[in-house]
Amino acid sequence: MPRLSPDNIQRAQELMSLYPDARSALIPVLHVLQEQDGYLSEEGMQHVAEIFGLTAAEVRGTASFYDLFHFEPVGRYLVAVCTNIACMLQGAYRLLEHIEERLGIAPGGTTPDGMFSLEDAECLALCGNAPCVTVNWRFFGDVDPEGFDRLVEDLRAGRLDDEVPPHGTLSRVRRSVGLTAGVDAAWDGSAPARPKDRAALEDGTVAERPPAASPPQAVDLSTRRSTPATASLEAAHLGES
Amino acid sequence: MTITEAPRIVTRRLGRDRSWTLESYLADGGYQGLRKALTMTPEDIHDQVNTANILGRGGAGFEAGRKWGMVRPAQPVYLAVNGDESEPATFKDHALIEGDPHQLIEGAVICAYVIGAAQVFIYVRGEFPLGIERLQAALNEAYAYGAVGRRIFGSDFSVDVVVHPGAGAYICGEETALLESLEGKRGYPRIKPPYFPAALGLYGAPTVVNNVETLSNLPWVVLNGGDGFAALGEGRSKGTKLIALAGHVKRPGNYELEWAKVTFRDLIFDPRLGGGMRDDNNLKAIIPGGVSSPWIGPEHLDVTLANDEIAKIGSMAGSGSVIPMDHTACPVRAAWRIVRFFHRESCGQCTPCREGSGWLDKILERIEAGRGRESDLDLLMDVCDNISPGVSWPPAQTTICVLGPSMPPSVAAGIRMFRDEYLTHIRDGRCPFPPDRLPRRLARV
Repeated sequence: MPRLSPDNIQRAQELMSLYPDARSALIPVLHVLQEQDGYLSEEGMQHVAEIFGLTAAEVRGTASFYDLFHFEPVGRYLVAVCTNIACMLQGAYRLLEHIEERLGIAPGGTTPDGMFSLEDAECLALCGNAPCVTVNWRFFGDVDPEGFDRLVEDLRAGRLDDEVPPHGTLSRVRRSVGLTAGVDAAWDGSAPARPKDRAALEDGTVAERPPAASPPQAVDLSTRRSTPATASLEAAHLGES
Repeated sequence: MTITEAPRIVTRRLGRDRSWTLESYLADGGYQGLRKALTMTPEDIHDQVNTANILGRGGAGFEAGRKWGMVRPAQPVYLAVNGDESEPATFKDHALIEGDPHQLIEGAVICAYVIGAAQVFIYVRGEFPLGIERLQAALNEAYAYGAVGRRIFGSDFSVDVVVHPGAGAYICGEETALLESLEGKRGYPRIKPPYFPAALGLYGAPTVVNNVETLSNLPWVVLNGGDGFAALGEGRSKGTKLIALAGHVKRPGNYELEWAKVTFRDLIFDPRLGGGMRDDNNLKAIIPGGVSSPWIGPEHLDVTLANDEIAKIGSMAGSGSVIPMDHTACPVRAAWRIVRFFHRESCGQCTPCREGSGWLDKILERIEAGRGRESDLDLLMDVCDNISPGVSWPPAQTTICVLGPSMPPSVAAGIRMFRDEYLTHIRDGRCPFPPDRLPRRLARV
């Protein structure tokens, strides 16, 4: 489905309405496109360009600046191995070597079964748990070769599906409330109101936005994985002892 | 010892059960700072923040209150929250976004009230999807609770907050690049002047760009007063600072410490903090404030963690990332990996940075691979000199932003401190150090 689905067009319009200048929503909308297809197709970017009133070149030119956007399909699980200084000091290149052997691909490659793609990543900000790996940008810290092998098995068996959504899914939580900053007559029927000054906000000419059509999914945002937050707690508690 | 006497201001709730939820935040007294702030005038709060002297926690260390005071009197005004934490080995904002998003929202709304912002954009690094989810969920709750949106807590103040995901670009942590990205463009830093987004920022409007940790301090500052914050720390470095300790220590992690009270020795060796070097190896060098900062040697262990103290020894406190390296670390490999990072992340606008980073990357790689030449040391310094004339500290700049000048410090400091080891690589035709080991494998040996 290379063009945005009707539901995703709706999401794009909601995102555009959040900003005083709709173009600000370009990157969030490209994330929606990548969530839909797993990558950014030419036809999809063309469609996004139409929605924004931009040229396809402007859309691609913007998207190509950013590392998270892929222009070719990637595997179901995108494995990013941090090799930056903190992880390197803890043997990240050894880990990367192991992962290359285990998956049979080099960074930039995808396994023939389409399950895994591999990237050699820059610092992922989980340095207290070096070396670290992300799968579809979900964090796994303190990874050693055995730990990675277990991770691969868990992913293949679908045991991490609740915590590792498909590639491209940035947020399973949608904005459900708030003020509209931009123009969307569909929500309140009033004239376009943009908060060009505080007065507009305060005198109520900016519409209160009703909850989005689809209520936010009930997602459990707890995690069994290592995060900087849990690492900090451990550090803090030990710090008090 | 002052390590544990100071209250933890921004991390006190990290790791509590479901700390990211409104229920948990309210149980810990959440949003009381905002409630109190709305009974004060914006000017009063601004005075408190000036008294607190909060230095920006992103890396540059600019006084937050002074930044707010520079907002050009025009409408509208915007607040952009910089949550694009990408400086290698810095992982403090990541923890704050994931662990306590309501604290960040509360701080951002307080700031918005002071500067009269029409809208707040929280720019979160795209690599933090769990952080984005928790922040968005918290924002949905905060709206429903009345802490964000129209007539906040029944006051006359209204503000809209938007969680904005980035998409993977280190340079978007530079404030003008962040604004370009927020406008839906490539993240190219803007040409200065104008130097300050407070004059000309998002959509050309006056904009304050503040770091996540900076804003997370505000609820506490409002409740305890600027004096309470300024009572902690020394000199210009007030309050507490979240230190992201990584590298070859036994206990890496985020530690919130009273600013300007703890030395590098305490941080690395205190059993409650770093716990010493792994295997009790010798300390070789410290990268004291993010990989843009010049390295320091063990002779500086007794320097206190404070902006001015670290500046005195020719480096910087930067983002609060500290990376101690033990005697098995190869200075060439470390400098190469840091330079390679900047090479990959250079936006490409300025020739010295775009080309120089590639040259440094290639030369360091060949030295590490044993194919270096004796003239390479001079060549490295020459390339550094073209990126940042004089290779001094603080660095001179030939580029639009400071990404380029962030490269020479690790190269120059490495050559200055470990010249013999560079030469050994070249003369022996190989790296004299063992490959970096995986920590667990090491533990078993």
